[in-house]
Amino acid sequence: MLPFVALFLAFTAGPVLGSFGMSFTDIKQRDLRTPFSVNGVGFDNYVKALTDETFGKAAFNTAYFVIVGVPLTLVVALGAAVLLDRGVKRFQALFKVGYYLPVVTSIVAIAVIWRFVLSPDNGLLNTVLGWVGIDGPNWLASKTWAMPSLIAMAVWRNFGSAMIIFLAGLQGIPESVEEAGQIDGASSWQRFRHLILPLLRPTILFTSVTTGIGYLQFFEEPFVMTQGGPLDSTISVSMATYDQFGFGNYGLATSMAYILFVVIAVVTFIQFRLLREK
Amino acid sequence: MRRTWWIYLIGVLGLVAVAAPFLWMVLGSFKTQGELLRVPPTWWPNEPTNQNYADLFSKANFPRYFLNSTVVALAVTAGNLIFCSMIGYALAKLNFKGRNALFVLVMATLMIPGMVTFVPLFVLVTNAGLANSYPGLILPFLVSPFGVFLMRQFFLGLPDDLIDAGRVDGTSELGIFARIMLPLTRPALATLGILTFLGSWNNFLWPLVIAQTEDKYTLPVALALYSTGQNAQNYGLLMAGAVVVVVPVLVMFLAFQRHVTKGIAITGLK
Repeated sequence: MLPFVALFLAFTAGPVLGSFGMSFTDIKQRDLRTPFSVNGVGFDNYVKALTDETFGKAAFNTAYFVIVGVPLTLVVALGAAVLLDRGVKRFQALFKVGYYLPVVTSIVAIAVIWRFVLSPDNGLLNTVLGWVGIDGPNWLASKTWAMPSLIAMAVWRNFGSAMIIFLAGLQGIPESVEEAGQIDGASSWQRFRHLILPLLRPTILFTSVTTGIGYLQFFEEPFVMTQGGPLDSTISVSMATYDQFGFGNYGLATSMAYILFVVIAVVTFIQFRLLREK
Repeated sequence: MRRTWWIYLIGVLGLVAVAAPFLWMVLGSFKTQGELLRVPPTWWPNEPTNQNYADLFSKANFPRYFLNSTVVALAVTAGNLIFCSMIGYALAKLNFKGRNALFVLVMATLMIPGMVTFVPLFVLVTNAGLANSYPGLILPFLVSPFGVFLMRQFFLGLPDDLIDAGRVDGTSELGIFARIMLPLTRPALATLGILTFLGSWNNFLWPLVIAQTEDKYTLPVALALYSTGQNAQNYGLLMAGAVVVVVPVLVMFLAFQRHVTKGIAITGLK
C-alpha cells in the first residue's frame, strides 16, 4: 500500500508545500521548466496581493457573496428539510431527489441554462416578472444586479446538499421531544424555535462550515457567467488568483491562494467558536 | 390533515423552481434559432427540430468529447475505488508507525482550497510532460482525501474479529483485505464510485488548463469554450450540448441516488 500513499503525497500533500514555497519566490511562466532556479522575494508577493486594487475588489465581492449567500442557502435548505421531514410524507423521495438535482449538474451546463433564464428580453425570469408587471433589468450586465444573480444561482445550485444533512439531523431528533412541547401547549413555531433548533446546533455548525468553505472559494459561477464583470463587480478571490495564474505570475497567484487559505481557516475557527455547544 | 395541501403546494412550487430551468433547456434544444430569439419566448417548441443535435456531430466533435469524459471518469473512478479503499483500510485497521500523522494529513488536505494546490500541480504535471494527455487529466485525481475518509469511516465500523479469524485461518494480509473485508464495504464502494464519477464528469477547471487541443477536451470544457467562442450565438447548439452534458449524470444519479444521499449522511460532505 505504500506506493499509493506515495501517489497521494505526490499529488495532494506535495503541491501544498510546493505552493507555500512558491509564494515566496518570483516564479513566472517562463520558469516552468526550471522551477528551482527562481529567486526568493520574501513577502513581496503578499504585499503586492494585499495592495492590489483588483484583489481588494475581489475580497469585497467574496465577502458579499459569503455573508449574503451562506445564510440564504442554509435558510432555504433548512426550510426544505423541515418541509420534507414534517409535511411531505408521500412522494418524499421524489421531492428530495428533485431538490438535489442541481447539485449533481455540471456548472458549465447550469451556466448555459441560467444565461437564458436571466437574459433580458426573452429570459424565463423577466418573462415571469412581466406577468406581474415588473420590468426586470439586464441581470448579468448590471453592476448592481450581477452579484445578486450569482448568489441566487449559487443558492439554487447548492441548497440541496445542506438540505440532505439537515434532513439527517432532523430525523435524528426523537418524536418525544415534539410531543413534550405539544403537551406544554407550545405553538409549532415555538416548538421549532426552542426545541428543534437548539438540538440541530451541531448540524447547523457543520453545514455552515462546509457551505462557508465552499462559498469562500467561489469561482465557477463568475468564471462561466460573467468572467468577473461587469467592471470587476463579480470577480472573486479565487478568480483573481486564477487570472494571475493566467498572466503567468505563479508566485503572486500562490500567495493569493494562501491568503484565501488563511481567511478560510480563521472563518472556520470563528464559526466553531460561535456555534459550539454551550 | 387540513394543513397538508398548502405544504404540498409549497413543495411543488419549490420543485417547479428547481426543475423549470432543466425543462427549459430540454425543450429549447429542440427549437430553431429563430424561435429561441422570439420575444416573448415560447415554452413548447412550435416547429420541433433535431438540427441542434445533428450539429453536435457535424459542426462540433461532441462524440469525441463524450468519449474523453467517459474514459477519464471511468479511470478516475476505478483508481479511487482501489486506492481509497486500500488507504482507508490501512488507516482504520492496520497498526503502523505514523498512522495518526497520515490521517491528520489527509484531513488537512480536505480543508485546503483547490487554488492552493492548483499552480504547483500544474507545474508538476507540465514538467512530467503530461500536459494535454490522458494521464495528465487522470493521475491527479486517482486518490481523493474525501474517498480515503469515507472508506476509513466505513472500515472502522467493521469488527476486528473478522481480521483475527482470517489470520487464524492463515489467510494472507492481502487476502484478508481483498476477500474478507472489501466485499463487506460494497455500500460504501457504491457511494464512492457514483460520487467520484459525477465529480470527474463535472470537473471543469483542471481539464480546462490541461486539455489544450481539441481532441483532449472533456464535455464541460468543450461546452464552456463553445458558449464563449464563435458559436456563442448558436443557442440551440448550446442547449443541445448542455443536454448531452447533463442527461447522462442525471440518469446515473436517479439510478443510484440512494447511495449518494447515504454517502453524504455518513461523511457530511458531498
